[in-house]
Amino acid sequence: MNSIKEQNHGSIPGDSLPVTLIAPRRGLVSLGLRELFNYRELLFFLAWKDVKVHYKQAAFGVAWAVLQPLLIMVVFSFVFGRVAMLPSQGIPYPVFTFAALLPWQLFAGALARSSTSLVSNSNLITKVYFPRLVIPIAAAASGLVDFAVSLVVLVGLMFWYGIVPTWSLLALPVFTGMALVSSLAISFWLSALNVRYRDVQYAVPFLIQAWMFLSPVAYTGNLVPKGFWRILYSFNPMAGVIDGFRWALLGAAFPSAGLLVSFVSVTVLAAGGLVYFKSMERSFADVV
Amino acid sequence: MSATAIRARGIGKRYLLGSGGTSAFRYKTIRDAISEVVYRPFRRFGRPGSPSGGEDFIWALKDMSFEVKHGEVVGIIGRNGSGKSTLLKILSRITEPTEGSVELHGRVASLLEVGTGFHPELTGRENIYLNGAILGMKRREIEDKFDAMVAFAEVERFIDTPVKRFSSGMYLRLAFAVAAHLEHNILLVDEVLAVGDTSFQKKCMNKMQEVGASGRTVFFVSHNMLAVTRLCERILLLDRGRLLADGPSAQVIGEYLRSGTGTHVLREWPDPARAPGNEIARLRCVRVHDEEGNVMPVLDIRKPLGITMEYDVLVPGIVLVPNLHFFNDGGVNLFVAHDCDLAWRKKPRLAGRYASTAWVPGNLFAEGTIFVGAALSTHDPVVVHFYERDVIAFQIVDSPDGDSARGDYGGHMPGVMRPLLKWTTKMS
Repeated sequence: MNSIKEQNHGSIPGDSLPVTLIAPRRGLVSLGLRELFNYRELLFFLAWKDVKVHYKQAAFGVAWAVLQPLLIMVVFSFVFGRVAMLPSQGIPYPVFTFAALLPWQLFAGALARSSTSLVSNSNLITKVYFPRLVIPIAAAASGLVDFAVSLVVLVGLMFWYGIVPTWSLLALPVFTGMALVSSLAISFWLSALNVRYRDVQYAVPFLIQAWMFLSPVAYTGNLVPKGFWRILYSFNPMAGVIDGFRWALLGAAFPSAGLLVSFVSVTVLAAGGLVYFKSMERSFADVV
Repeated sequence: MSATAIRARGIGKRYLLGSGGTSAFRYKTIRDAISEVVYRPFRRFGRPGSPSGGEDFIWALKDMSFEVKHGEVVGIIGRNGSGKSTLLKILSRITEPTEGSVELHGRVASLLEVGTGFHPELTGRENIYLNGAILGMKRREIEDKFDAMVAFAEVERFIDTPVKRFSSGMYLRLAFAVAAHLEHNILLVDEVLAVGDTSFQKKCMNKMQEVGASGRTVFFVSHNMLAVTRLCERILLLDRGRLLADGPSAQVIGEYLRSGTGTHVLREWPDPARAPGNEIARLRCVRVHDEEGNVMPVLDIRKPLGITMEYDVLVPGIVLVPNLHFFNDGGVNLFVAHDCDLAWRKKPRLAGRYASTAWVPGNLFAEGTIFVGAALSTHDPVVVHFYERDVIAFQIVDSPDGDSARGDYGGHMPGVMRPLLKWTTKMS
């Protein structure tokens, strides 16, 4: 929140103590990423709490992490695979769509949680200091547990359909990270905005729904007309992420140019979101 | 140990009224923001006197400067809205000052409430880790102190039970236990002791005293005078966002009493024409004092205290009865006492200056602020010559030594009076 000079950690009062200077910030704000790193344990505990609380008193517990994408997969396979007969690049449609649902659910869940995270954690914001970025990041990261569980299911599906992954599988963490960063890029903006305008939390479910149809979850991005429309489409970071997942896991076509556009788009969104978040941060406790 | 722990230079905090901040509306919608932008140009014509586009602001804190050394235990008192909480929030970096700066030397932990971030669905064990991390403890530290915390909270058997099944007492004990084991150099504490549970409070108080004695700096905000006077040797008194006094506890508490009530421990009317009263008698002076006659703002619950009123009798030949009316800070009339001194009972007085002293025995009032009304009347027929309500006020402080009606109990004691009873216990 403020400029921090942590010299070292001593326990004897005197010159060896860390000194904190509190003063009103003016002009450009530092992003305080090093301080964020110092609070990584808190980040872990908050994410861990989200996961724990999420499945407490649910009879099926973590099974929900499996059931949800599986059921959607069944519905999609029927509607889009059988009825609409959408092409799936020669990959069995259930695996084709499940490989997309994996990053999509990670993204959508993270976006839903972290865009409202500052408001739902207002009790913390008004009572304790820590870098506020911890809250939306922890909320987004807690989706990784569900993601990991679904990934196991996907491996099972791939085995069932006899799909052997290639070395491109090693790129999966990159695309997973990109899905998370994409959701954070949006929720840095939305969570900070939600502190002041609660309209955000009503708009987010609609946003996510519309976004899914604008992302290649049920279809392949190749269906989008080449040229201008394809480039515009690729500004959706999830277009790059989902196509990347299909490439890494199932050996689908590599989304070369589109991926680059997605990458630039998510970087700009995330950087802008970070700066916006940090500039709003100082008033969170007063407004929330 | 005289190194500086906290140095505040001219800090101020301004809140905008009408847009977020302390506005009556907790938040506003985008529609409000849009309509504000649309209407703003017109509003300027409507309200020519208002500053910068019709937005008003309030300084919750202004020009606050002080320095605290390592190992000092400092209390902050002041009425509601005096800026206590704002000051604590600035020191704990929850909110940013509008101007000025603060230097904090050492690791800082703020306890603005007990059990921040506790989740009812999580077990005691899980909540200790979560709460510890939120308060700024490293995982290693929590692991090292875990057993001590659980023992302190006396919840060993329930440590793996969700805290929603805890009694409120167990919940508070666990929450305080985590806070009590913080090893930060500077602790910022907001009235956590005033919450709920009773039998545990003494333990908390002792722990706080221990923390102060261990060379750490404690900043303690409270309405509870007892807690403040027991824990802190130094007090900062805030009033409407400004630092009104800074000094030894007893002295500052006296100023606190004067600051808001408009009353004093001593009131005098040098000009007879302005003194309360009528053509028969006028009140000239009222004061509260100890047995030696020293005027005191803070009095020990165990010691007798005197209230002396001086008045001029202007017309001879009238029977006069001084009487005193005692109220607590809740406005409850505790009792009324008439002068029944046989020397003056039913005897007409000569004109002149009189001083009547009423001695209130020790161990009678409950701790807290006592307001005194001074009156002079005639009873046959009933005429009230003057009655000054809340003319003076003083503070009764209970004893930690165990020889008052409180005994060794450290918690909140209800009741408007606190007489020391004679107890006998026999084993049959």
